[in-house]
Parts: sequence; structure tokens; C-alpha cells
Amino acid sequence: MTAHVPALMPALPELILASGALLLVLIGALRGESSHGFVHASSVLLLGLALLAIALGDGGTVVTFNGAFINDGFARFMKIAALAAALVSLVVSQGYLQRHKVEVFEYPLLVVLSTTGMLVMISAHDLIALYLGLELSSLSLYVIAAFRRDDLRSTEAGLKYFVLGALSSGMLLYGASLIYGFTGAVEFGAIVKALHGHAPTGVIFGLAFLMAGFAFKISAVPFHMWTPDVYEGAPTPVTTFFASAPKLAAMAMTVRVVMTAFPDVTHEWRQIVVFIALGSMVLGAFAAIGQTNIKRLLAYSSIGHVGYALVGLSAGTDAGVQGVVVYMSIYTVTTLGAFACVLGMRRDGHYVEDINDLAGLGRNNPALAFALAMIMFSLAGIPPLAGFFAKWYVFVAAVEAKFYALAIIGVLSSVVGAFYYLRIVKIVYFDDAKTAFDPLDSSLKAVILVSSLVIFLFWLYPAPLVNAASLAASSLH
Amino acid sequence: MQNLLADYLPLVVFIGVAAFIAIALMVAPFLVAYKQPDPEKLSAYECGFNAFDDARMKFDVRFYLVSILFIIFDLEVAFLFPWAISFHEVGLFGFWSMMLFLGVLTIGFVYEWNKGALEWD
Repeated sequence: MTAHVPALMPALPELILASGALLLVLIGALRGESSHGFVHASSVLLLGLALLAIALGDGGTVVTFNGAFINDGFARFMKIAALAAALVSLVVSQGYLQRHKVEVFEYPLLVVLSTTGMLVMISAHDLIALYLGLELSSLSLYVIAAFRRDDLRSTEAGLKYFVLGALSSGMLLYGASLIYGFTGAVEFGAIVKALHGHAPTGVIFGLAFLMAGFAFKISAVPFHMWTPDVYEGAPTPVTTFFASAPKLAAMAMTVRVVMTAFPDVTHEWRQIVVFIALGSMVLGAFAAIGQTNIKRLLAYSSIGHVGYALVGLSAGTDAGVQGVVVYMSIYTVTTLGAFACVLGMRRDGHYVEDINDLAGLGRNNPALAFALAMIMFSLAGIPPLAGFFAKWYVFVAAVEAKFYALAIIGVLSSVVGAFYYLRIVKIVYFDDAKTAFDPLDSSLKAVILVSSLVIFLFWLYPAPLVNAASLAASSLH
Repeated sequence: MQNLLADYLPLVVFIGVAAFIAIALMVAPFLVAYKQPDPEKLSAYECGFNAFDDARMKFDVRFYLVSILFIIFDLEVAFLFPWAISFHEVGLFGFWSMMLFLGVLTIGFVYEWNKGALEWD
């Protein structure tokens, strides 16, 4: 018996990224450090090519590689979002890398490789492909977290992320092995068939371990401990990347696993999702209050936002998944804008990270101050900004599924969370002025402009995103 | 479910026995051993002469690098064996899959060579 060549076209974006990255490794190795500019530009181009390949590719649902890989509407939507986020965070990284003299060609390559892993995660249709994608993306992320290797905090962030990440991968793998042991299947469709709508104790254990691994990747309580330290310690462009693409991909993976591999045992995984959603929302709201480092503050804020997105998932309905997709898209746009602002916080040639350094921004740079204020209002969920609609969709899904308590606690914790977003706005506009920031790079300006425009004008024309999210959600089954 | 658990009973017995023996051997010296420490007994043993320096020393990170490189190529060989055995069955697709894998490893090898990971000084 000879093995058949599987259909490769559904995995075209992954193939583009992987082969391109290999070629660039070779170019970088042969031409040395001087090739940084070329590799950086080519990496941006590669991510753009992969994005185009998805946007121009065929619709419909295709399963290939013996059921290990699926290309459906959900995968396409999330992949486009992840690729766009990776592309943006790669573009904004250049100025920072230049100023810290860590312009090496490995950085863009690692971003491309980890994005490849994320695409595999999003498209994974069995537990092994899922783990492979997860490890490919995580291993690259560990390295770029410690990218400034002469910087104590950066290496600490990398090591912490690696140790805790390895632990969570272990838990995920243990969960996967339990699920395989009790169902005899790794492919999601086969798991559904084997379960017959009833989960034996072993599968529930496996599911809990699997969810623990996922919760780590999306930085949800109680597996969030790494987030503040890693976000604070890692170089800012790396944090920008961490807060956007990997989170989006991990959320997509979580949604796909619970919705396609365990659709008939909703009750079992819903308890876990409700618990981590509650924990994340409450911790995100309260723990950020005392933070003065803006990266740390945004880390806690990201924990909270993952909680809100999970509220949609706990509904377990199409509307809920649509809410998650909308939420994560808007959150990614907002957080990219927020971190672009953080990257713009540069005084006398040094990057500053304290929120009090923002004092007087309202006078020194009214445009940036306004954009930052909009981003903060949107993160707080104040209408008519995009962040409000993101929360609206997940909470409506939760209420429709009769999760009243969850929705009420979510709204209450977002009121608490509004405090620290508004405090930043207050510092920007009302505190005693400090000296002005250095002029922004043009790439940062562009990202902040696009991000705040999307946030500001989303209510005028929400249909494209909402409809695309609805299509993505309905393609899951 | 019951059958499945029963299949694992020997394993549980084995773990129990192993744990019992290991713990017994660790605990017994505390209870029954004759203790009379002196400086010679407590000092580190190093082949008949006095210890040169503390055993907790920093290892050169290059040892780590070499061991990682070893693991990569070790696994490559472990992967090649089953492929070679079933060469007739895997066909042309299997052949090219392995060539692709070796190609990827080679690119990694070129990278580490050019980066100077193989030079000791």
C-alpha cells in the first residue's frame, strides 16, 4: 500500500509561511547579521502573502491530512485576524529593535514561525495537530520573550514563560492522552462519535486538563500568573505580539475544541469555562487597580478581557461563538493600538513605561492623547465605541442562554475595571505636564490612527465584522 | 470501564511494591543506622584526595548546545530507521516526505554552522 499525497492546497498559507521562513533562515545564515533589513521586510511580505492566500482562496469546508487539518470559515476568519495582528506587531517592532541594537534577523523569523504554529492551531482538527501547532508557536514565543538577552527582566520573562509554558503543555498533553485513552480517537469527529453524548469520568478528567492547558495559553485565571511578569519583562514589541495574535489563536483553538470535539457534552466543559470566565473577569478588574506600569496594567486588562470573551463561549451557542469572534477581533484591534501608544512613550531617547509618564500628554500631543483616551474608553466598554459592542454581543449570548448571574457579574466587574482605564485618561488630561515625548515613528502613527478609527467608527458600520463572525461561527458544525 | 481498570491492576501493584521498597530503604537508615559523624566522613569524596573545589560550579553553556544538537540528530536517526525498514510500503510519497524532513534539518544545520555553534572557542 502506498500512501496518497494529501490535498495540500487547504494548507497553502501555512506552506507559504513555513517554506518562506526556511528560505529566510538560509539567507540569514549565509549573509550574516547584515541581512536583518531584508529578512524583516520579507517576513512582513510573507505574512501579507499568507493573508492574501486566505482572502483569495476558496470558501467552503475542506478537511485534509487524514482529518488532522480543517479549513473552514471559522479558520479563515481567525487566521486572517491572527496574520494581520502578527503583521502589525512585526511592523511596529522595527523602531524599538533599532534603538536597542537588537536588530538580528532571527526576530522576524521567529515571529513568522510562531504565526505558522498559530495557523496550525486554528486549523487543527485532531489533538496531535493541535499540539504540534501549539508547540511550534510556543517555542518561538519563549525565545522572543527573552529576546534582549542582556536585559535581566527580559531573560526572566523568557524563562518564566518557558517553565510555566512547558508545565501547561504537559497538562494539555496529559489531558489529550486521557481523552485518547477513553475514546480511542484523536480526531475531533471521531471523538464526538465515540462519546455518544455521554462523557465518562476519564474524559471529563482529560477535558479538565485540556482546558487547563488552554487557560494558560489564553492567560485565563487560575493559569494567568505568568502574564503580568512576561508582559512587563518582555520587550514592548514582543508584548504587543503576545497580546494580539497568540491570544487570538489560542482562543480560536479553545472554541474549536469545545464546539467541535465536545458539542454534546456541553454541560461538562461549560462549568470549567464559566469558572475561568468569572475568575478572569474579577481578577482582571481588581488586580489592575494597583498597577503603575502600563504594560503590567494592560496584562491584567488582557486577563479580564479573556474572561469577557469566555462569557460568550460559556453560552455554548452559535451566538456565543459569534460573540467570542467579534470580541477577540475588536480586542485585538484595540490592544494593538494600546501597545502602539506604549511604544510611542519615549522621552529623551528612552522608553518609559510608568503610567505617570503620560501626564500632560493632552497638552503636548493632543492627537495621541485623544487616540489613547478612545482606546482606554473602548477597553472599558463605553458606548458608542467598539469595545461596548464587543461586550454587548457576548453578554447578549450569555443572557439568551440564561446565564444571568455570569452576565451581571461581568457587567459589574467591567464597572470596576473602568476605574483604571479612566485613571489613565485622567492622568493624560488633568495631571501636571511633563516634558513631551519624542516624535512617533510613522508606523506607530499609522497603527494608532487605524486602530482608533476602527474603534471610533465601528458603530456606523458594524455589519461586515458581525456578519463575517456569524458565518465563521456557523461553519463550526 | 471496569475491565479497563482491572487491566491496570498489576501496574498498581507494581507501583505499590516499588514505592514500598524505595521508601523503606530510605527510611530504614534513619531508624537503625549507627551514626557517628566526623569531618572526614562528612567531606566530599573525590577519588582518594581532597576535593579541589565546590562541586556546584557553572557549566559552560556550550555543553548544553552540543547536547541539543546531539538530540536533534539522534532523533533524526531514530526516525530514519522505521522509514528505512518500511521503505517498500511508504512509496514515493514517503521517500519525498523524508527528504523534505532531512532538508529542513539540513537548513537548521547550515544555520548553526554559520552561527559558529560548532566552534568551541
